[in-house]
Amino acid sequence: MPTMATPPATQKKLAANLPDQTLRNWLRDMLLIREFEVRSMQAYQNRKIGGFLHIYIGQEAVAVGVIAALGNDDPIITAYRDHGHALARGMDPKHCMAEMFGRIGGCAKGKGGSMHMFDKTNQMFGGHGIVGAQCPLGVGIAFATKYLDEVVNSAASSRVTTCFLGDGALNQGAFHEAMNLAGILDLPIVFVCENNGYSMGTSVDRGTTMAHQITAKALAYGIEHASIDGMDVMTVYDGVKPVVDRCRETSRPAFLELRTYRYKGHSMSDPRKYRTKEQEQQYEAADPIDRLANFLMTQRSLAQKEYDALVKEIRAQVREAIKWAEASPPPGSEELYTDVYADVWGPYLGTSRPPMLDEPQQGQT
Amino acid sequence: MSTTRQIEFRDALREGMSEEMRRDPCVFLMGEEVAQYQGAYKVSRGMLQEFGPQRVIDTPISESGFAGLGVGAAMMGLRPIIEFMSWSFSLVAADQILNNAPKMLYMSGGQFKVPIVYRGNNGAGGQLGSTHSWSVESMYANVPGLKIAIPFDPYDAKGLIKTAIRDDNPVFFLESERLLSVKGDVPEAEYLIPLGQATVRRTGSDCTIVSFGRPLYFCMEAAETLASDGIDCEVIDGRTIRPLDIETIVRSVCKTNCCVVVDQSWPFASIGAEVAAQVHERCFDDLDHHVVRVHSDDVPPAYAYNLEQEMLPNARKICEAVRTVTYNA
Repeated sequence: MPTMATPPATQKKLAANLPDQTLRNWLRDMLLIREFEVRSMQAYQNRKIGGFLHIYIGQEAVAVGVIAALGNDDPIITAYRDHGHALARGMDPKHCMAEMFGRIGGCAKGKGGSMHMFDKTNQMFGGHGIVGAQCPLGVGIAFATKYLDEVVNSAASSRVTTCFLGDGALNQGAFHEAMNLAGILDLPIVFVCENNGYSMGTSVDRGTTMAHQITAKALAYGIEHASIDGMDVMTVYDGVKPVVDRCRETSRPAFLELRTYRYKGHSMSDPRKYRTKEQEQQYEAADPIDRLANFLMTQRSLAQKEYDALVKEIRAQVREAIKWAEASPPPGSEELYTDVYADVWGPYLGTSRPPMLDEPQQGQT
Repeated sequence: MSTTRQIEFRDALREGMSEEMRRDPCVFLMGEEVAQYQGAYKVSRGMLQEFGPQRVIDTPISESGFAGLGVGAAMMGLRPIIEFMSWSFSLVAADQILNNAPKMLYMSGGQFKVPIVYRGNNGAGGQLGSTHSWSVESMYANVPGLKIAIPFDPYDAKGLIKTAIRDDNPVFFLESERLLSVKGDVPEAEYLIPLGQATVRRTGSDCTIVSFGRPLYFCMEAAETLASDGIDCEVIDGRTIRPLDIETIVRSVCKTNCCVVVDQSWPFASIGAEVAAQVHERCFDDLDHHVVRVHSDDVPPAYAYNLEQEMLPNARKICEAVRTVTYNA
């Protein structure tokens, strides 16, 4: 049986010992997500993006810090607030934006939209729209990595799956069934609960028992657990990396609470009447991007000039992504009957890869 | 030496699954009581011993969890066979089997196939009461992206399950607890039955009867009764609902000019209604009478033996329907 106690918060400063360039890359990724989301909101208001749009601003340190602790072939899966994860995992922002614009150049040829970002090359198994529904899928992905390594290839299990979920998923049956199965079947999966305080407009204490200590949910399943400050990317990395490493070594699941904050509403139509401006300002004062930028400027060699240049470069990159997305044509009508079935029969046209997969990959940061 | 033998329906299912597991290490079986218990209905008897606990996997009673686990595993390229002890229990896994399995390929723009088989017992007839007596075929057939197969006998059970396992799409495989002990001829040599190919169970010239799975036995019984009255029925086993082999049905109806559809699910918005609609669209000028449907009554299945039997399709109801459509013939 695994240890049932919360592991002591790591005293090791793992992130602080990483090369400067790695930390600068994290800053870049967080700035990219922030800028991408700002421009997504504008595009939504300009009716370039339809449907629902869930903005990740405020939570950047979670996606970037957690994904930094993974290997490139470690699968991830998440819920519908998924642009940040897709970008942190290495998806080119132009494919992410084109998907929201409903264009053929999107990661899913415009058939998934904001809530359904998929990227096979970067081991991103989706964006999923139903709260908690991705948890059993994550367990299945972890089952498969272990099965492929052990049964098919007669080798040792080597990959760790990360399943992101929001605090709202804590009250869904699918989450609890997934946790139980991961525990019973000894699967290498890390559940990362991004506790941003609200499931839509319901604060976590109004919807969840033991809201002050949600890691208690993991205790019930005999799963290693910890609670980590999700507003500081270096703290996230320091907390998550040892857990991921241990999960890889032992093939036992883990559950992490990442305490974070969603600066914007649940979706674009949310007036945020359930919380105060003061509360929002308090969190924004502890902004994860500012924190890392300050660290790099005061403790490392990042100059203001370099930071400004980085911001400018990212603005240009996102502007380019929007231009690219707008230039990408809408999916042709043959796409209506493509990808329904893998094979051709009746009116169905079989399946075809999104053009994104055939583009040369940019180097992952 | 004989190349065929008589085996039970459940043994045919097991042979099909086991052959595919020997052939492809990516195939595994998971579900409640499939391993140590040797199968709640003995379908998987002996499979744990042959394939070991990594490939024949017991789950807790957690349908949403393991139905979804199968989807995730299939996205990674494995070929899960997920057993529902009863399709009635699949309702608690509806989001996984209806949202995630059949839509993943589309939502991901062609990136992630879900080659998975969900299988188990479907249909009423054992006095199990309403919650355990579901016929899910009509409800699930409404969803694009999945396939549905309903085997009639041991031969089809084996041939169809093997094809279902090799299919790159989610296949819902609906067995009947009432048929698991039925014996039939099954060849020793390997064979597969394609999905989407109906078969004629009985040839006849006066009326076409279309059905799927267990009610076909009532259709065959009715056809014998009617034959003694001089009405010669052709009985068509659709075998799969998606794809639906409407061509075989149309060919038969154009010959007999009469059609009865027998479907054990409820009548409203059902597979019976779908077949009838398609036959009307395709055979309007050939029909001597509109299609008549025989369904379960539009009520929840009762526990009491007489009420349950009265509710289900049976040979008497089928005979009445055939006499109605052939009245002017």
